[in-house]
Amino acid sequence: MTTVTIQAGQTHGARGAVADTGGGSRTSASARTSIVALSDVEKVYRTDRIETVALSQISLDVQAGEFVSVMGPSGCGKSTLLNIVGLLDTPSRGRVTINGTPVTDASDRVLARLRNREVGFVFQTFHLVPDLRVIDNVEIPLLYRSMPGSDRRQAARDALERVGLAARMHHFPSQLSGGQQQRVAIARAIVGRPSLLLADEPTGNLDSQMGDEIMGILLDLQQREGTTIVMVTHDQRQADRTERIIRLFDGRLVQ
Amino acid sequence: MLRNYLLLAWRVLLRRAFFTAVSLFGIAFTIAMLVLVAAMFDHVLVAGAPEVNQDRTLGLYFAEMEGETMARNGFAGYKLVDTYARNLPGVERVALASAPARLTTYHTGVPEKLYLKRTDDEFWNVMQFHFVEGGPYGRADLERGAFVAVINASTRARLFGADATAVGREFEVDGQRFRVIGVVPDVSFLRVVSFADVWVPHTTAKSDAYRAQLIGDFMGLLLMAPDADPRAIQDEFRSRLARIEFPDPQSFNRISAVPESLLQTVARMLFGARGTDADYGNRLLLALAVATMLFMALPAVNLVNLNISRIMERASEVGVRKAFGASSITLVGQFLIENLVLTLVGSALGVACASLGLWLINRSGVIAYAQLGMNLRVVAWGIAFAVVFGVISGVYPAWRMSRLRPVDALKGVSR
Repeated sequence: MTTVTIQAGQTHGARGAVADTGGGSRTSASARTSIVALSDVEKVYRTDRIETVALSQISLDVQAGEFVSVMGPSGCGKSTLLNIVGLLDTPSRGRVTINGTPVTDASDRVLARLRNREVGFVFQTFHLVPDLRVIDNVEIPLLYRSMPGSDRRQAARDALERVGLAARMHHFPSQLSGGQQQRVAIARAIVGRPSLLLADEPTGNLDSQMGDEIMGILLDLQQREGTTIVMVTHDQRQADRTERIIRLFDGRLVQ
Repeated sequence: MLRNYLLLAWRVLLRRAFFTAVSLFGIAFTIAMLVLVAAMFDHVLVAGAPEVNQDRTLGLYFAEMEGETMARNGFAGYKLVDTYARNLPGVERVALASAPARLTTYHTGVPEKLYLKRTDDEFWNVMQFHFVEGGPYGRADLERGAFVAVINASTRARLFGADATAVGREFEVDGQRFRVIGVVPDVSFLRVVSFADVWVPHTTAKSDAYRAQLIGDFMGLLLMAPDADPRAIQDEFRSRLARIEFPDPQSFNRISAVPESLLQTVARMLFGARGTDADYGNRLLLALAVATMLFMALPAVNLVNLNISRIMERASEVGVRKAFGASSITLVGQFLIENLVLTLVGSALGVACASLGLWLINRSGVIAYAQLGMNLRVVAWGIAFAVVFGVISGVYPAWRMSRLRPVDALKGVSR
C-alpha cells in the first residue's frame, strides 16, 4: 500500500507511485489509461447570504484499474468530489473528463449515457428501491440500455452470483441484512460492467465483519477484473488495503 | 423495461393504500360522469336501431319564417318537406314524420297517455325497425288514409296484456280508432326522430290543414346516397327556399331551414342559432371538448398534488435511477406510465360505476324506454378520457421530479 497525497493544483502526482505498489494482477502504470481526470475543479454552494467552498483547486487523475481511497474529516468534500466524478453533481469551475469524454458542458442525455455506461455507484445507505425485488433492483442500470429482457435478467443473475447473493434474488431489500443489501448494491453497480466503480463509504453502515466482506468483494473486482474503484471512507484500515489514498481537508487535497 | 415500470407502479399503489384510494375515487368519479354523458350522446347521436341510417340522413327538423314585423319558428311544415325537399340531387328517399303528440287513450278504462307519431310510408324504409309482430303500413294505406297503426311492445302490453298478440286488434286514441298491423320494440325517448308509442299514417290526421304549412310539426328525413355531398344538397335546398312564393308576403317573406345531421341540429338548438345557415356541429364538439377538459381540471389538479407528494417521497429512487443512467425524459416516461396505470385502474372503476348508473337510469323510467348502455364506443371514450386525464395529471409531477439533480434526489431533497 502506498499513500499518495496530491497538493491542490497538482496534477498526475500519483501516477508513478501507483506503479510501485504491490497487489496481485495490477496493470503496470505505463499500460494504464486515465479513467478520471479532474482539472482545477471547484465547487461552491451559494445561498442568498453564504458562499461555501466545498472543493477548491482539485486536480487529479485516476488510472484504469486503480483502487483509490478518498479520506478526510466529515464535511471536507469527499462525497462532493465523488458526486462530481460520478456525474451526479456539476463543478462550479474546472474540467472533468470521464474515460476521455469531457463532461463539463455535456447535455442531460450525454451525462445519462455516461453514468449508465461508465460509472457504477455504491452508496453508504445502499439506496435500493424498496418496492422492487433484489433482481429487479440489480437490473436497473440495464433498463436504460437497449437489450433483450432475457439478457438483462441473466446479467443481473450473474452479478448477484458474483456477490454471492443469487439465492436471495427474489427477496425484497427489507428482507435482507445490511451487508446483504450492500452486496446487492454492488451487484447493481457492476451489472453494467462500468469502467469506474464509485463507492461512498460502502462499509460505513456495516459492522467490521460485514465491512471486511464488502471490502473483499471490491478488492476482488479490482484485482480479478481490473475494475477502477474510487472509494470514500473514514476507515483507515480499509483505506490501507487500497493502492492509493487521497486526503482532503477543507475542500483541498492535502499532504 | 415496461414490465419493471408496471410492477413498480402496482407496488407503489399498494404501498400507500389511503393515497391510492383517494386518487382512485377522484378518477373513478370523474370518468364515471364523463362516461355517463358520453353514453347519453352516443345513444342520441350515433346510428343505432332503428336509426341505423343516421350517418347518411339529413334532417329537416326546424324552420324559421320572418317578415318585416313578425317571425315564427318551429318544426318544419309538411309542405316545406313535401314540396321543396323532394328530388334533391343525391337524396335517395324522403320520409316525413310528425313530432310525437301526447294523446290520451281510454282503452283500458283508465286514461293513459300515448305518444303518437304520424308518418308516411317511407318512414319505415329510412328507419330500420325490427317488427316483432306484423309489419308497417305502405303507400296504399297512406293514400286511402287507412286507420292502421304500428305500436311498440310496451304499448301492446299496456293495451292488450303482457303476453297478448296485438295484430288485428283495435284501440282508440284521441277519438280515432286504429287497427294494429305491426308491433316493434320500444324506442328510447332520446331517439327523438323515431320515438313514439304509436305510429300511424299522416293521412289519418283530423284535418288537412297541415298539408299547407311551411312551419308545422313535421320533420323531413332525407336519406342520402352513400357518395352524396351534403353541402350540395343543402345548397340546392337553399336555392329552392329562395324561390318560395309566400301566401302572405306582408307577414312572412323569408324562410330559413337547413337539412343537416342531428348533431348539427342539436348544436344549433343549444347555441340558440335558429335562422342561420352556419354549421354549429363542430362548435358543439369543440364546446364539449372544452367542457370535458374543464370538468377534468379540478380532479386533475387534485391528483397532481397527490402525485407530487407521492413522487417526491421517492426522490431517492429518482436519484438512484439518474445515477444509473436514466435521463430526465426516461423518468418522465416512467412516472407517466405509473400515473396511467393508476388512472386506468380508476377509470375501470369509473366505467363500472357508469354502467351501474346507466342501468339505474334505464330501470327508473326517468327517460321513457331508455336503453342506455355500454358499448365498445362508449368504453373507448372512457379509455380516451382516462388517458387524457392520466397525462394531464401526470406530466407536471413527472416533469418536476425529472428536474431534480441526482445528488439532491439521493439526499431526499424534493424541492
